[in-house]
This record gives sequence, C-alpha cells and structure tokens, in this order.
Amino acid sequence: MVFKKDIYFSENLPRLMFGAMAALTVFSLVSIFIFLLISGIGAFEEIGVSEFFLGIDWNPTSFYTPAWGIFSLMVGTAIISVLALSIALPFGLSIAVYLSEIASPKMREIFKPLIEMIASIPSVVLGFLGLLFLAPFIAKFFNISNGLNALTASILVAVAALPTIASICEDALSSVSVRFKEASLALGATKWTTIKKVVIPAAGPGLIAAIMLGLGRIIGETMIVLMVAGNSRAFPTSLLDPVRPMTASIAIEIKEVVVGSLHWQSLFAVGLTLFIITFVINLLADVLVYKKYSYGN
Amino acid sequence: MKKTTLFFVILLVGGFILFSINKNQSRVSPRESLAIKGSDTELQLVSNLVEAFLEKNPGVDISVTGGGSGVGIAALINGELSFANSSRKMDDKELAQAKERGLNIQEFNLAVDSLSIIVHSENSTQKLSIDQIGKIYKGEITNWKEVGGKNEKIALYGRQSTSGTYNFFKNTVVKSDYSPYMLSMEGNQAIVDAVQTDKGGIGYVGVGYVRGENGQPRNDIKIIPVGKDQNSSAVSPLDDEAVRLDNYPITRNTFQYLSQFPQKNSLVEKFLLFEMSEQGQEIIKNSGFFAISKEDNQKNQQLLENIK
Repeated sequence: MVFKKDIYFSENLPRLMFGAMAALTVFSLVSIFIFLLISGIGAFEEIGVSEFFLGIDWNPTSFYTPAWGIFSLMVGTAIISVLALSIALPFGLSIAVYLSEIASPKMREIFKPLIEMIASIPSVVLGFLGLLFLAPFIAKFFNISNGLNALTASILVAVAALPTIASICEDALSSVSVRFKEASLALGATKWTTIKKVVIPAAGPGLIAAIMLGLGRIIGETMIVLMVAGNSRAFPTSLLDPVRPMTASIAIEIKEVVVGSLHWQSLFAVGLTLFIITFVINLLADVLVYKKYSYGN
Repeated sequence: MKKTTLFFVILLVGGFILFSINKNQSRVSPRESLAIKGSDTELQLVSNLVEAFLEKNPGVDISVTGGGSGVGIAALINGELSFANSSRKMDDKELAQAKERGLNIQEFNLAVDSLSIIVHSENSTQKLSIDQIGKIYKGEITNWKEVGGKNEKIALYGRQSTSGTYNFFKNTVVKSDYSPYMLSMEGNQAIVDAVQTDKGGIGYVGVGYVRGENGQPRNDIKIIPVGKDQNSSAVSPLDDEAVRLDNYPITRNTFQYLSQFPQKNSLVEKFLLFEMSEQGQEIIKNSGFFAISKEDNQKNQQLLENIK
C-alpha cells in the first residue's frame, strides 16, 4: 500500500504540476485577449469600426475635435515590418547558410553565440546608437534635414530581429538530414547546388517559422521606433518619411490617459488590433509549417 | 528519493514566497516618503530642489520622475500618487474627473518659465513674432526664407501629447492643430539634441534647457528672440528684466498639484515651505527659471496658511 501510494504521488503530482503550468500559459493568453477586448470594445462602439480602421488621422488631443483613425498607424507598422524584414532576411539567411553549411565547426562555435548575443543588446541602447550615429548618417546620405524616419527605424529593428531569424534559420538548416546532402553530392551536384536545391527547400518549414517569429519581434518592437521613427502624425508617403507605428502610439499615450476614458479605451483597441495581427501571423506560420510537413511526408 | 526532492522543491518555493511576503511587510517603515512625477520641463528644477531639501532633512525619501505633465496629472487622477509637477494648468475636464474620484486638488505655483524657441546655430533668422511661430507650427510657413532666413526647409520639432509644454504651446501660440509633419520628441533634451544637428530645425523648450552646465546660454544652438507681433521689438527668453516685466510673450507659470489638502507637519508641507524659502528661490533662479509674481506668491501663502 505504502509503495503504491508513493508511486502515485511521485508520478501524478509532477504530471499535474506541469499540466497546470501549461494550462496557466493558455489561461493567460485567453485572459489577456479577453481583457483587451473588454477594455477596447467601448472605443469601437463610440468611434465606429470603419472610422477607427480607415480614418487616416490619429489626433486624440486635437485643438478642435479629436480624430481616432488608426489607418496611418497601421501603415506605419506595415512599412517598418516589410522594410525591416527585407533587410534582416537576406542577412539572417546568409548567416544561417554560412554557419550550418560552410563554416568549420570551430568557426561555428565562435560565431553562433556571438550572433545570438545581439539579442542581448537592450533595444533602448540600439535606439540610442541610432539617434547618435545612424540618423545623422542617413540624413547626410540622402541629403535630408534629419534622419528620424521609417528607414532608420527599420534598419535598427532589423538588427534587433536578426539574431532571432539567423539562429532559428540555422537550426532549421542544420536539422536537415545528412543523407539528403550525401545523396545530392553523390549524384554529382556541387555544394552550392546542394544548398540551393536540397538543403534550403528541405528546411523550408523551419525557415518560414524563423521569418514569422522574426516578424513578430519586428511588429512588437517599441523602444526603437519610439526613439528614431519620428512619430509625426502625417500619413507616410515615402520610406524617408517619419512614421508613427501602433506600438509607439500606445507607449507614448498610455501614460497620460485617465483610466476608462475614450482615449484609454481606444489605446486598448489599438492594442487589441496589434494582438490580433501577431496572432494571425503566428497562426499562419503554424498552418504553413504543418502543411509543408504533411506534404513532405 | 524523488519524493524528498519534490518536498525540497516545494519547501524552497514556499519559503521563497513566504520570505518575499515577509519582506514586503517589513517595508512599511517609519520613513516618510513622497513620490513626485510629471513635467519634463520641471524635472531638473524639482530634482535640484529635492536634493537641497534632503540635505537639510535627512531620513525622508523623495523621488522625482518626469514623463510629461499629462503623465503626472493622469497618475494623480488615477490615484497612483499625490504630488504631480505640471507645466500647464489642469483643465476643467481633468478637475471634474478628479472631483468625481473624491480628490481635493490643490494648486501650487512653482516658478515662471519663459518658453524658448531654438534653432540651429547657423540659422540666420534674427527674430520671430508669435504669429510667425504659430504659422510655422501650423505648417503654413515651411521655408526659413519666408521669415528672413536662408532658403532652407523648416523641420518642426515638438513634444509628445503627454507634455504640458505641447499643450500650452498649442493653445497659446499655435491656436490650432500642429502640422502633422511635426516630429514628436521624448523630452526637452531630445529637442535640443535634434535641433543642434538639424540645419532647418526649430524647437520649443523650457528655459532651463537652453543654458549649459555653467548657467550660461548654450552656444551650440541659437535662441531666437520673440516679439509679441511684427512691429514690437523681439526679446530673448534669457532677459530677466523683460521676463519680469512680462515683455517676453511666451512665459507661463509652472505648477505643482496635490491630490489632497496637505496635513500639518507633513512632508509635503515642509517641502512646499522649502520651495518658497529664500534658498528654494535661489535654486529656482540658478536652474534658469524665474520667480513667480506677488499675486501667485500670495495664493501659495494662502494655501499654506490654511493648513492646520
């Protein structure tokens, strides 16, 4: 009896505990969503869904009547996301290919931790360096009066997202079976052809996951854009225009709002929108990865 | 074995939780403390005042943080703190919200700030009128040559909407919405830093930010003299005499707001008295600000006399 009880205890209690912790994660996700929904729903009712999403002027503290359109904020986020991803992706993928296929094991051992260390740079430090060095450089290079714009912010955000993309890409490439490579090389393919035609396609789902996780990091980045994106209200028409992404708007304004006011509610509505966008991106990543895998098998 | 390990873990976790609870309780110390938050313009001044106050009154804690007047006022209304700095008056809506929440807001006049208009050091513009500044920030004047400068596009630097200076400037100078092309900066210092490197830049900052370490005007930016209108002579915000005689057109009072009436012998009362003392006034002057008018001083006296 005693022995049985002991087994029961030592086997089931950990199971329960780990199960509870996993459940807690799901619970917090759901409750965050519900909290955002409850806090933000009033804004949709008062402002109107179409005006909220399609209005191009966001000016809650206007001299005249407040304007609550987040379209230009969404465009700001979109510009930075696309630009930062298109900067970070070629670099990340090249680094990953070099590390997993070309570098000697020793080089790899040195380089990989170094690249992952970029992730440990606080984004406020990146923003500060951007303000001091990159923004003046961009201003000089393009002959504009200042460098607080979408391009500067995108470059810095790309640096912040680089380790995520490079590291996960590298994991995906390294996990491709050696047999694939050997078979390709045995058929007479060169190393480059093998990388291009065999390794990268085989690692496809992992690479997509890396891109999506990187994109999540980029969209959520707040401090860098707060410091160097300029944050003007005008609708951006070029990459050298200042932009005001959704994250920066929330970060700036949440500090001055009175709890429960319309401004407060609409900031939560912006947060909810942001949450849904990243949620859909992650969901899409999962679906794509799952599809690829089931196709491969 | 496994069982003992598990118990050990539980003991450890439990002990840790208990320990932290216990620690929290013991933090309720007899040390009096005060948290001040709000205006970025007043941040340096109030920090200087607090520093001198603590030297005279050891054994108390006062913390000062910035973020903008709006941040301090919102925190006051939301009940997060009881003492806020603000470089603008609380508006009727905010006062109503505070009343609704059972607060008895008290206003204390701290100092006079002459809002300074700064441009790049190579900018050849000699002076600006209030009307011109308003048009520049509305986006109606977009080139320096329109106001007597070089042919250079104007780049607008302003504060974020959390700032009292942002709101004061909008309501008294711009009298309309800011141009949507205005860049929103984190604080006064960020505007100074940006204008320093931007040939077409213009910015507005509290007078405390246009003086260097030694109290002398900074020479890496240009402080533009401002006139009431096109015909009147332009005055520098650093001109003590002009500011005192109200000849500089963009001066304003900076405030401190209390969420409740202070108690007799409380830290708040002592600190307010210190600010009004000779030493306090000296610090206000040395930080680049100006003393408040006699009438405002009387209002402060009234507030303090009512404490019983």
